Amino acid sequence: MYPIVRKEVLADKIILMEVKAPRVSHSCLPGQFIIAKIDEDGERIPLTICDYDREKETVTIVVQTIGASTERMAYLEEGDSFEDFVGPLGQPSELCVEANLEETKKLNIVFIAGGLGTAPVYPQVKWLHDHGVDATVIMGSRTKDLLFYIDEMKAVAKEVYVTTDDGTYGFHGMGTNQLQALVDEGKHYDRCVAIGPMIMMKFVCKLTKELEIPTIVSMNPIMVDGTGMCGACRLIVDGKVKFACVDGPEFDGHLVDFDLAMARMAQYKTEEGRKKLEFEEGDTHHGGCGQCS
Amino acid sequence: MDGLVRVPISEQDPKVRATNFDEVCLGYTEEEAVKEAERCLNCKNPRCVGGCPVSIHIPAFIQEVKNRNFEKAYEIISQSSALPAVCGRVCPQESQCEGQCVRGIKGEAVAIGKLERFVADWARENGIKPHTDAPKNGHKVAVIGSGPAGLTCAGDLARLGYDVTIFEALHKTGGVLVYGIPEFRLPKDKVVAAEVENVKSLGVKIETNVIIGKSITIDELMEEEGFEAVFIGSGAGLPRFMGIPGEQALGVFSANEYLTRNNLMKAFKDLDTPISRGKKVVVVGGGNVAMDAARTALRLGAEVHIVYRRGEAELPARAEEVHHAKEEGVIFDLLQNPVEILTDDKNQVTGIRIIKMELGEPDESGRRSPVEIPGSEYNIECDTVIMSLGTSPNPLISSTTDGMEVNRRGCIVAEEETGATTKNAVYAGGDAVTGAATVILAMGAGKTAAKGIDEYFKNNK
Repeated sequence: MYPIVRKEVLADKIILMEVKAPRVSHSCLPGQFIIAKIDEDGERIPLTICDYDREKETVTIVVQTIGASTERMAYLEEGDSFEDFVGPLGQPSELCVEANLEETKKLNIVFIAGGLGTAPVYPQVKWLHDHGVDATVIMGSRTKDLLFYIDEMKAVAKEVYVTTDDGTYGFHGMGTNQLQALVDEGKHYDRCVAIGPMIMMKFVCKLTKELEIPTIVSMNPIMVDGTGMCGACRLIVDGKVKFACVDGPEFDGHLVDFDLAMARMAQYKTEEGRKKLEFEEGDTHHGGCGQCS
Repeated sequence: MDGLVRVPISEQDPKVRATNFDEVCLGYTEEEAVKEAERCLNCKNPRCVGGCPVSIHIPAFIQEVKNRNFEKAYEIISQSSALPAVCGRVCPQESQCEGQCVRGIKGEAVAIGKLERFVADWARENGIKPHTDAPKNGHKVAVIGSGPAGLTCAGDLARLGYDVTIFEALHKTGGVLVYGIPEFRLPKDKVVAAEVENVKSLGVKIETNVIIGKSITIDELMEEEGFEAVFIGSGAGLPRFMGIPGEQALGVFSANEYLTRNNLMKAFKDLDTPISRGKKVVVVGGGNVAMDAARTALRLGAEVHIVYRRGEAELPARAEEVHHAKEEGVIFDLLQNPVEILTDDKNQVTGIRIIKMELGEPDESGRRSPVEIPGSEYNIECDTVIMSLGTSPNPLISSTTDGMEVNRRGCIVAEEETGATTKNAVYAGGDAVTGAATVILAMGAGKTAAKGIDEYFKNNK
């Protein structure tokens, strides 16, 4: 069992959990992820590692409630436990590997975090900061109420720019608009890291390709085992089949087939929706809408 | 009964079982088992034992069944096998023990597998567990993977007094026994979990959710956690795809994914893990995994076709499985091979384009390879395609362990007689060494390696 030692509601439907998981905390690096399962009947959910404390033997994850399983997760409280919590999985971010540090130090790096993407961006920026590398961060969100981690990010980044789609906070627009504005001001970036919804990463890559900024994205396809044994998470990168769980999750964004990845994401949409309604509405669910099989 | 024919075994009616996930074969009753045991001639030089990869003392246990000493029979089997309830169900006995049985020359071989299963089930129902009197020797051994190879190796080492810990990457123990082989062939809670408990009752510890090569490496296990020897039984879990157009479409699954969702995550029970319930499913391949995937899809309500590029005689699956699949209504499209998966504008599978094949001249290995018949392409309409083309070992462990050699197929190089790898004190066996094979061969390799590891400690005293 893996107990939740701290729980914090960061924003509307966005919940942080610090979980005691000694083996994961000892070996994980930024860019990697874990798979958590609530209980016997639960499904395996991949979540990016957002922070870790090797002394306290904890790993921090941030969950956005979007379906039945994450909804169920949100009900867990401090002192409750995950039945299973396995990792670290995937490759560490290539920017956060000590062997590459000298090269990384020469780079002007800009991170673009979309929505929940702020959570996985944070450990990378923090790791770089701890190793003497300054990075710029653009944090984008749909609206003010969904923003989180602004102060934490400011403590580890050189510059932080906050954008909201509806202009309720910070720059009015999207992360891509903010990046374009910075480049127009004469700022130069050698590397971009974009983490967020697939549609956002797709548009960041479209822009950075024009701007000729090499871009890393962190892909979040459907996963089951997360160890390379099923291929549910397969993607096409540079014309080749890759398993996001073992070859990634980070890839060269200019080589990823995003349209295919987004189509594959929707594979279980009806089942997911049905499960979510069932969870939310319980016994009142069977209302004869005619949509259930 | 004239002794030439085996005592028949009860099975669920094909029409009924095609709609449920309960076990197909119901097993012998005591009376039936005793009667079948009486057919054994108790040969002086029992050829059946030579056909068993873990050399169970077959005539000896069968004599005990005949005399209704079921507990004694279980004890005899346990000396050689850690998983008799599993093996009695999934071994291809026709090409192993039963294939060698003298009774089989004129008439039907003794139903050794079904008798083994009966004895193991009887022991479980009567609360009899294996035990060991060996004193603890204080040596720590790590076993990577809780599949058949790992469980066998761990069980044997525990019997010899070693302090054994199994590390398993998934949340449940059993490897392919829990994620691969379906419930209707091998009940998970009743049979697999009970066998794992038996291995634990010998003193073996199990840590789930540990991925060797990620959570911790083999080198760290040895240097930091005090393990003096390691057995790698990590299997061959990496699925293969064909590389044909359309393979990334929605509705195309590896058999591993399809079976993992259904068996390990119990998607058929409508829990949290979803599974795509296709109306018309094409399974590509002809092995046991293909049969398992096809029969699973059938139970989830689909019309199911097996597309295989060779003929009926070349099907690598067990005869019993093919027979069961046909009885249940799986349609076999033999000597046919997919060339493309057809999709609609949403990238959803709408069909599969097939080319007909014929068997050519035998190659050097004596196998007749299939050759395409030009111009014979046609389409099968379907909404789901399951690729069951075999698997290869995951490179995770070999790539994170210093000084361990792998061959060009990614299999760990290990000595056949001892299981020793090129790295000192590290042994390996099962599919991680051979590539995808059978449960019983993996068990045999686990046994060999346990012996090899014991020798290693004896020679290093």
